[in-house]
Amino acid sequence: MMRQLPLIIFVALLGVGPLVLPEFHVTLLNYIGLYAIVAVGLVLLTGVGGLTSFGQAAFVGLGAYTTAWLTTTYGVSPWLTLLIGLVLTGIVALFLGFITLRMGGHYLPLGTIAWGISLYFLFGNVEFLGGHTGITGIPTVSLFGWELKSGREFYYLIWLVVLLAIVSIRNLLDSREGRAIRALKGGAVMAEAMGVNTPRAKIVIFLIAALLASISGWLYAHLQRFVNPTPFSITQGIEYLFMAVVGGVGHVWGAVLGAGLITILKQWLQDWLPQILGQSGNFEIIVFGIAMVLVLQKARDGLWPVILRWLPERSLKRDVPAAEALPKRAPQPAGTVLLDASEVTKRFGGLVANNNMSLSVKAGEVMALIGPNGAGKSTMFNCISAVNPATEGKIAFLGESTAPLVARDIASRGMSRTFQHVRLLGQMSVLENVAIGAHLRGNKGVLAAALRFDRAEEARLLAEAARQIERVGLKDHMFDAAGSLALGQQRIVEIARALASDPCLLLLDEPAAGLRYREKQALADLLRRLRAEGMGILLVEHDMDFVMGLADRVVVMEFGEKIAEGEPEEVQRDPKVLEAYLGGVE
Amino acid sequence: MDLQILLLLGQDGITNGAIYALLALALVLVFTVTRVIFIPQGEFVAYGALTLASLQAGKVPGTVWLLLALGTTVAVLDGVRLVREGRFAKLTPLLILNIGLPLLAAAGLFAMPPTQLPLWAQVVVSMLLVVPLGPMIYRVAYQPLAGASVLVLLIVSVAIHVALIGLGLLFFGAEGSRTPSFTDLSFELAGAPLQGQTILVVVASASLIIGLYFFFERTIYGKALRATAMNRTGARLMGIPPTLAGKLCLTLAAAIGAFSGILIAPITTIYYDSGFLIGLKGFVGAIIGGLASYPVAALGAVLVGLLESYSSFYASAFKEVIVFTLIIPVLLWRSLTSTHIEEEEE
Repeated sequence: MMRQLPLIIFVALLGVGPLVLPEFHVTLLNYIGLYAIVAVGLVLLTGVGGLTSFGQAAFVGLGAYTTAWLTTTYGVSPWLTLLIGLVLTGIVALFLGFITLRMGGHYLPLGTIAWGISLYFLFGNVEFLGGHTGITGIPTVSLFGWELKSGREFYYLIWLVVLLAIVSIRNLLDSREGRAIRALKGGAVMAEAMGVNTPRAKIVIFLIAALLASISGWLYAHLQRFVNPTPFSITQGIEYLFMAVVGGVGHVWGAVLGAGLITILKQWLQDWLPQILGQSGNFEIIVFGIAMVLVLQKARDGLWPVILRWLPERSLKRDVPAAEALPKRAPQPAGTVLLDASEVTKRFGGLVANNNMSLSVKAGEVMALIGPNGAGKSTMFNCISAVNPATEGKIAFLGESTAPLVARDIASRGMSRTFQHVRLLGQMSVLENVAIGAHLRGNKGVLAAALRFDRAEEARLLAEAARQIERVGLKDHMFDAAGSLALGQQRIVEIARALASDPCLLLLDEPAAGLRYREKQALADLLRRLRAEGMGILLVEHDMDFVMGLADRVVVMEFGEKIAEGEPEEVQRDPKVLEAYLGGVE
Repeated sequence: MDLQILLLLGQDGITNGAIYALLALALVLVFTVTRVIFIPQGEFVAYGALTLASLQAGKVPGTVWLLLALGTTVAVLDGVRLVREGRFAKLTPLLILNIGLPLLAAAGLFAMPPTQLPLWAQVVVSMLLVVPLGPMIYRVAYQPLAGASVLVLLIVSVAIHVALIGLGLLFFGAEGSRTPSFTDLSFELAGAPLQGQTILVVVASASLIIGLYFFFERTIYGKALRATAMNRTGARLMGIPPTLAGKLCLTLAAAIGAFSGILIAPITTIYYDSGFLIGLKGFVGAIIGGLASYPVAALGAVLVGLLESYSSFYASAFKEVIVFTLIIPVLLWRSLTSTHIEEEEE
């Protein structure tokens, strides 16, 4: 209850607002609400997903013009045009997303700038859309027979949408799909290896942001009952991004704060600056531009964190409700060949990192891949898990060639891995990080998450994550931020995350590095138990005591090639291995 | 359309295309070296043209105030650091460079009416007023964020663009300007008139491109920039300071921008906000080159110029729509042919 108090007060104030405030303030609040809807989408896109768009104003325009034209020319019901506008926006967003998101992250914003300009000129030059004069006489909207004629009445509809948008985006972020989205920024390689379809996740958030903008446009058209191209220009598109960044691009409420601040500041500056400068013009953009650079330099998280300090601390969830266990895949009988890599070659330009490497892993065995630094072990891992596919050679997993597969397909077939350079999302809790591993064991989508229809599955996913965390012995750290753990512990979290996917083959890249003696023993025990359960484990490790005490078979690599293979005792006596490690024995 | 119009439009397209090509090169340069997508590139075009126009109108261009303000900011930022580190010897050149010279420029402009200067000297003065803004902007806006993601740098670029547009309105007013032609020569080509100014633009752009080629191939600074573009960390380890590379890049970009503006000012009326669209057309060219290839970017930019010119004949109201929609098939083509593996960025 205490936690929700600020929200309750905010909603209560919002509700009372139009009853007591003068017309001008209600209008201002209406605009803030309209802008906030767009800015919330940008928070999701930019702050959470690490993408951005300068063309949101064009999506607003698409929503506004669709309803304006259809309601005035054909008398279509505004509720139907809302739907048509959304479909239209969706098509454009999907198309733009499809052509830009496969490439570097900066092509989307550049594409949206171009698209924003195109659409703006199109609005201004198409005759049936009224050219630069626009469209007038847009009908009002009725809600259950209540005609929203005045700004005061419309206010409630706008802010209802703002609150719904915020609640559903928050719901979404706290879900299976939400974790995948949060992994986009700084964790895309890891997310792919855990089975997340990251291009799809990017398109989804771009789509959500575009649809929110379109809704805002629809509201705008029926509030103003008049549209012209000006509010949908690229300048406005940039302003939306400013709102999100100034308010705090990592927080949904930052969007409301930013929309409020920029809108009020703009009003104020538009009154004062021309007087001070003795000229008329939109000089507020000078202030906004400079302020924006300063915010990015000094307070990248925007101003919302400042507000957060005044709000009661949000207590983190400290319990994981018990839930029915997730179904497990059928175990492979011991001795089945899980992985068979033969003659794998990987070239980086002229550098041959792996040359003719072959190895196999069976169910119920620990295969160790060892070799001096730079021998190409991690490259081999990346080839096997298709994080960075091989140039030549055959890799078969469970008898199926992995050549046409990408990392997430391989993950879905039961291979999971850890990374040599730990890839955790430092801000997220250990529990959430591990739950990303279980991504493929759930199937509830974005809509279900936003509407909270995913809670039963979510509980099972979190319970599974908690079970794996307990299994690796990090129960006490379950709710800590993953970045706060010691490096050795972070490696163990990676193992828990890999286990959460219920793999039959586990690839561990230097899991014991940075662990203390007792922790290493505990890890070795864990791996023995997993082996006994029939899991195949491929292990890269430098700690020879650890490897030799655990491995059933060992492959030794040097300069990208296999120099020895066999049981630990055999390999330890091999003169080539001794030479590789000790520089030759005379 | 007869041959005469065809040639006339082609001429127009190539002239504009040559300017877009210059801008595209600058954009590729800045992006490869600093990872900054330099949206304000176009503002330098407008500033260059309008500064020259102000000088010719006998006014003190507002650019000089921006130069003074930015110079002072740089001097304060760097001065504080120098004093803290006890490097007092470097303080004097810093102050002279960033405050002294702009003050001198301002004094000079007030003392001597620039209208009496010959045209070439007016051009030089305009360049001197606009070009230093490039490295100063790098120091003030980008340098503190040099390690940030492409996305953050892009948002900074857009913020600078917006601020410069506002300042442009403040300095130069809302009216557009057109400067007198550099040359009144005129030729005839297959029955169509060929303006001397057009030839000048093409020749000047081509020489500048050749000049840039030699700069990158033959000079130590050019090679340093190429090295930084290929491998930032490696270049740094070889003793090329990233700050120097960044400032050098923005100096070149500002120079190319301002010079382009001066070149086209006699052909097109330039407004305080004209630069944005001109710069973006350079961008479309640069994107055709994948923000990486200089020759493809230049060719792409010429293509944009031609497309713009011919579409202005057939559907003049939709000129911008057509040019900026071109980016869609280009992106589609690049997307389908790219084998990009997303770099991890924090």
